[in-house]
Amino acid sequence: MSDVTLTIDGQSVTVSQGATLLQAARQLRQDIPTVCYHPHFTPPALCRVCVVEVEKSRVLVQSCSRVAEAGMVVHTASPRVQLARKVLFEMLASAVDLSAAPEIQAQAETYGAERDRYGKGVKRRAFPLFDDNPFYIRDYAKCIMCWRCVQACGEDVQYTFAIYRAGRGFDAHISTFEGVPIPESTCVYCGNCVQACPSGALQPRRAYWMEQGLDLKELARVSNLEQKEKSKL
Amino acid sequence: MELELITANLGKIDPTSLDAYLAQGGYHALRRVCEATDLTRFTIELKNAGLVGRGGAAFPTGVKHEMAIRAEPNHPWPAPDWVPERYRHSSSYIVCNADESETGTFKDRVLMEGDPFRILEGMTITAFLACATVGFIYLRGEYLLAYERLTHALRVLRARGYLGKKIFRDDFAFDIEIRRGAGAYICGEETALFESIEGKRGEPRAKPPFPTDKGLFQRPTIINNVETFANIPFITLAGSAAYRRHGTEKSPGTRIVCVSGAVQKPGAYEIEMGTPLRYVLETLAGGLKPGSALQAILIGGAAGFFLRPDEIDVPLSFEGLNAIGATFGSGAIMVIDDRVNLWGVLLRLARFFRNESCGKCFPCQIGTQRQLEILERLTQGHSRKLQETDIPADELQLLRDNGAVMRDTSLCGLGQTASNAILSAVDKKLVH
Repeated sequence: MSDVTLTIDGQSVTVSQGATLLQAARQLRQDIPTVCYHPHFTPPALCRVCVVEVEKSRVLVQSCSRVAEAGMVVHTASPRVQLARKVLFEMLASAVDLSAAPEIQAQAETYGAERDRYGKGVKRRAFPLFDDNPFYIRDYAKCIMCWRCVQACGEDVQYTFAIYRAGRGFDAHISTFEGVPIPESTCVYCGNCVQACPSGALQPRRAYWMEQGLDLKELARVSNLEQKEKSKL
Repeated sequence: MELELITANLGKIDPTSLDAYLAQGGYHALRRVCEATDLTRFTIELKNAGLVGRGGAAFPTGVKHEMAIRAEPNHPWPAPDWVPERYRHSSSYIVCNADESETGTFKDRVLMEGDPFRILEGMTITAFLACATVGFIYLRGEYLLAYERLTHALRVLRARGYLGKKIFRDDFAFDIEIRRGAGAYICGEETALFESIEGKRGEPRAKPPFPTDKGLFQRPTIINNVETFANIPFITLAGSAAYRRHGTEKSPGTRIVCVSGAVQKPGAYEIEMGTPLRYVLETLAGGLKPGSALQAILIGGAAGFFLRPDEIDVPLSFEGLNAIGATFGSGAIMVIDDRVNLWGVLLRLARFFRNESCGKCFPCQIGTQRQLEILERLTQGHSRKLQETDIPADELQLLRDNGAVMRDTSLCGLGQTASNAILSAVDKKLVH
C-alpha cells in the first residue's frame, strides 16, 4: 500500500492509502466535530457536521467518508465551513430536544450556534415516549436521526433488523416494522442500539425512570400493574 | 434555432413500428459499433463531441462512459451475494434515468412516447462498449403511455434479435428491464434510483464512490438521462465533427426545452444550443397569452433559477446561463405572467422540497422544513404585495444562511438545489 500526501490547513500530511480526510486531520490533531460518525460503524455521512472545504470541489465534502487523495488541498476551518457547522447545529437545536446530549450541545456552543435562531414556533420532533418493554425506553423527541441504532441493530453489529427508518423528510423517524411495540418486533434486547445512541433517545429503562425521580419500588409496582392489566386483556 | 437532431422521427413515424424506425436509418449505429474492430474510437468520439448529461447536472457523457469502461475490469467476480441471480452475470450495468420528476419537464416523455427505439438503441450501443449485459429503464410511474410504448418496443426488439442473445454478433448479449418509480422526486437522483432498483428505501448515497465505480449492485454503472441516450446513435453514426457543427463551442448539439406557463403554445422544442430565450418564447412558443405581461421565468424546474423579464435575451447554452448565475438544469422553462402572485409560487416550491426531501441528511431534512416556515412567516398577511422593507433583516439573513448551508452541505442534488429558485427570486428582487 502506497502512501498519500495532501495538505490540510497549510500543513502537509502523509497517510496510508484509503485513509479518510477525518483520519488525516486527526493525525495533525486538527479538531473536526462529528455527530453521526462512529468509529465502529460504516459512516452514513448524513449529519454533515464534519464537512471540510476541498479546493476545486463545488460543495463542501464530508471528511468522515471521503478518502484522502494525493495533492488534495483541504481547509477544515474556513469561514464557509464555520458557517455550515454553526447553521447545522442551529437546525439541530431547532428540531430536536438536545437536553440529554451534552456533547452535541457543547459542540454547538463552540461554533456559536444560536439556539433559538429559527424562532420558537417552529415544528419540532414530537413523539410520545415509547415505554413498551422492560429494558429500554425510546424517546424520539430526542432523536437526531443519526442512524447509529439502525446500524447497530442491522449490518454493522447485530443483524437483527428490528428497527429501521420510516417516513421521510422532516417526518423521517426510527420505527419498528409497522410501528409495533418492541416485544412484538424481532428485537433480541442486545442493547447495542442503546449503547450507540448519542442523544439520549434510547436509554436503559430503569436509569431513565430513576432520573425522572421514580424510585425502584414504585417502578416495579407500576410495571406489575401494567402486567396485570395486560394479562386481563 | 430549431433543429431536429434527435426529434426527427417524432410525430412522423409510427412509434410502435420497428420497421418504420429502421427505414429512418435506425440501428445502423449499433451495427457499425458491433462490426468495428477499434472500440475505443467510439468513446473518444463521444468525448470529443462534447455531449453532456441532459438530466440537469451536465456531466460530460464521454468521460462518464470512459470511467465506467475503465473501472469494469477492476471488479472481480463474484458479485455481492445479495445480488439477484439473474443480474449476476453482468459485470457492469446500463441504466436509463426516465424518472423525469423535475417540475415543468416533459421532454423525456415526448421522446419515449414518440421514438422509443432511438433511446433503446442508444442504451444498446453503450452496453456493447461497456460489456454490460443487463440494462434498466427507471420509468416515472405516471408515464403509462411511455410504459406501453417501451414495453412493446422491448418485445419487438427481442423477437427480432435486436435484444437478447447474439445481437449482430455471437458474443454480444444484452437485455433491458423496465422499473417503474412510485412517485418520489428523490428517486430521480442517480444513487437513490439505484437503491430503489435494489429494492431499498430511495435514499441517496454519499459520493464518492461514483456510479461509474460502484453503482447499481455495487458494480460500475453508466446512468444517463433519456435525452442523453437519444443523442448517442447520432453521434456514433455522424461523428463528433458533425455533432459539433450545431450549438456553441462550449455547448455543442441541441437541447429539448420544455416551455410551459403563460405562453400561447407551450410544448417541447428541440433547439440548437445558444438560441436566445427570446426566440424560444416569442417565436416557438408564440409569445405570451394576450393581455398579460412577463413577470418572471423559472428555468431548470424547481431546482432552477428565476430570471427577470430583462434577462430574456440570454442565449440558452450552459455558458450563457452560467454567466447570469443560472443553470440550464433539465431544460424546463416556466413562464410566469403578471397575474401570478410570485410569493405563492415560492411557497409552493418550498413546500415541494419539504415534501420531497428523503430525510437522510440533516441540512435537507431540517433545512427544507425551516425554509418553508420562514417563507410562511414572511408572507403571512401579505396576499400580494410585500414591501422590501417589510422583510426583517434577520429573517432575510436566516433565509440566506439556511439556503447557503443546504447548498453547500447537503448529501445530494435535492438539498443542494432546494434554495436556488427561492434565493434567486429574492436576490433579483422579483418578490417585493
